[in-house]
Amino acid sequence: MSSILAPEITIVTEPACTSIVLRGPITIYALGGLEPRFAALPLGTAVSLDMTQVTRLDTAGAWLVTTLREKVEGSGASFEVLGLPPEIQSLLDNVGRAMPRPEAAPVLPRTLVDRVAEVGKGVVGGVGLVLSLIGYFGMFLARLGRALRHPSEFRLTSLVHHCQEVGLKAVPIVALMSFLIGVVLAFQGASQLRQFGAEVFVVDLIAVSILRELGILLTSIIVAGRTASAFTAAIGSMKMREEIDAMRTLGLDPAMNLFVPRILALFLMLPILGLIANLAGLFGGALMAWIELGISPEMFRTRLVEGTDVNHFLVGLVKAPVFALIIGIIGCHSGMQVKSNAESLGQMTSKAVVAAIFSVIVADAVFSIFFAQIGV
Amino acid sequence: MSDTPIDPVISVRGLRNQFGTHLVHDKLDLDVKRGEILGVVGGSGTGKSVLLRTIAGLQPPAQGHITVLGTDLSTADEDARKAIESRWGVMFQDGALFSSLTVRENVEVPMRSIPGLSPATARALADLKISMVGLPYLAGDKYPSELSGGMRKRAGLARALALDPEIVFLDEPTAGLDPIGAADFDQLIKGLSRSLGLTVFLVTHDLDTLHAICDRIAVLAERKVLVTGTMHEMLSIDHPWVHSYFHGPRARAALDHADGVSSEKGK
Repeated sequence: MSSILAPEITIVTEPACTSIVLRGPITIYALGGLEPRFAALPLGTAVSLDMTQVTRLDTAGAWLVTTLREKVEGSGASFEVLGLPPEIQSLLDNVGRAMPRPEAAPVLPRTLVDRVAEVGKGVVGGVGLVLSLIGYFGMFLARLGRALRHPSEFRLTSLVHHCQEVGLKAVPIVALMSFLIGVVLAFQGASQLRQFGAEVFVVDLIAVSILRELGILLTSIIVAGRTASAFTAAIGSMKMREEIDAMRTLGLDPAMNLFVPRILALFLMLPILGLIANLAGLFGGALMAWIELGISPEMFRTRLVEGTDVNHFLVGLVKAPVFALIIGIIGCHSGMQVKSNAESLGQMTSKAVVAAIFSVIVADAVFSIFFAQIGV
Repeated sequence: MSDTPIDPVISVRGLRNQFGTHLVHDKLDLDVKRGEILGVVGGSGTGKSVLLRTIAGLQPPAQGHITVLGTDLSTADEDARKAIESRWGVMFQDGALFSSLTVRENVEVPMRSIPGLSPATARALADLKISMVGLPYLAGDKYPSELSGGMRKRAGLARALALDPEIVFLDEPTAGLDPIGAADFDQLIKGLSRSLGLTVFLVTHDLDTLHAICDRIAVLAERKVLVTGTMHEMLSIDHPWVHSYFHGPRARAALDHADGVSSEKGK
């Protein structure tokens, strides 16, 4: 192998002329050792470089020689190379021609106006995003209306498929999550309420918090993570491979064929998932209350039916369809923003999840204020 | 160096590749000589890319020996393989640039393994490579997704050439380029291979590339290398596939064009 024979360098410095002798293979592997020696050469004196005994020169070596020549000639001194075989000469010429000439990218100073403009752009972008999401909601309603008038255009098989994907397949994770939340609430509630001897109110605590808030909110968050990302990835990869454009040229409406079945499936399934979450949460709470506080299932049931207004359950469940629309629309909208490269698919998928979870929590807060105001 | 210029740089003997029961190559022999540009052609599914991947060590062969630069890859240990791998470069079809790095950083990646090379030097060398493949200086700061297909291929070539390899493998270098871009790329490969003394192993479908730059052509058919030879030798081969490949309307047009260009140069 060429690197077995080590490269050597001899530098003889005289006042009038510096002579350098290079031997062996001058390749990229030798560069680390040679470069500091070259950099230390005095400027302004003529340099003669003897390459008679160079066994191999690669572009890195040629680059080294060319930079030295440019440096020496730049300082006004002369530079000569001795003993060049023709093929090395042609490589040197080629590298000399290709030496990069740095061009500074135009750097514009950032002024106050730029900063204000950036804030403005951000605001306009944000408003545009909200408007475009509302536009997607309108498109969903319009296509749904059209599906009612022209049932043959509606994709029932697709709807059933998505119901299975977003509903049925999410049941285990949602039920388990909610069961554990019920357990945690009962356990924490018990240890706090025991101080006041008010253990039995743990039933009210569990019932109100799960039925009214946690059951549906946590279900929506899980579904947002699970389904919004799936919608974005599926639609985004179709967008990436121009399948959406192909659908349009074939006279198929992407909104009718892709968005309506997905969003509608979520719209139908999320309340059911919320109901399952409520049941699993209550079950977990009842189990823990029984073990920890000795509240028997019978007593739990009586206390639940007597002490908890059915309004709590309705308030919780009425939020589910709204959350479903938010998640579905954000998922589909993000999918359509995917550009033609894989990075944007990944970016949009994670953005969709964050936006869906955030929007669900914001909507929940708005609901809370609303129900507090009307006194439900 | 143990190998003399007469020795083939790549020598494949009795190669067999199979996927499940599907036999791709069987008893395949091929030699690539130092300094030549070898074009590998063959119908779709004849395993051109598989052959490239096998020689480049990306796919272990079921049987057979591959000797590169005097080292038998099937018996070489880890260190010997590493030493050989630093002496070849591979350019994949769409460049296969790392998307999270800029073009310059992509070209610097192979240089990171070299002891004693300062970051500033690596950067300067990367800039030189970028310039040598005909990309503008500012392209170095761009990310692969910001480049056109032709520029990505050039950047991929720059990365393949980062360590001045002796052998370059090119997988369909001109696929997906417009005719002008493809012709430029052909000339780039030819120019670089002459000035750097490269041995080029290229897989292609492009008849113009075969005419313009390949010293020798290897035809892959019937699970082996059917024939090798220059373009003009190919024209006299009697095998039906080879005949229809090199006498088809597209081949005729490419040949006429190439002859026209060379006779114009002669005037």
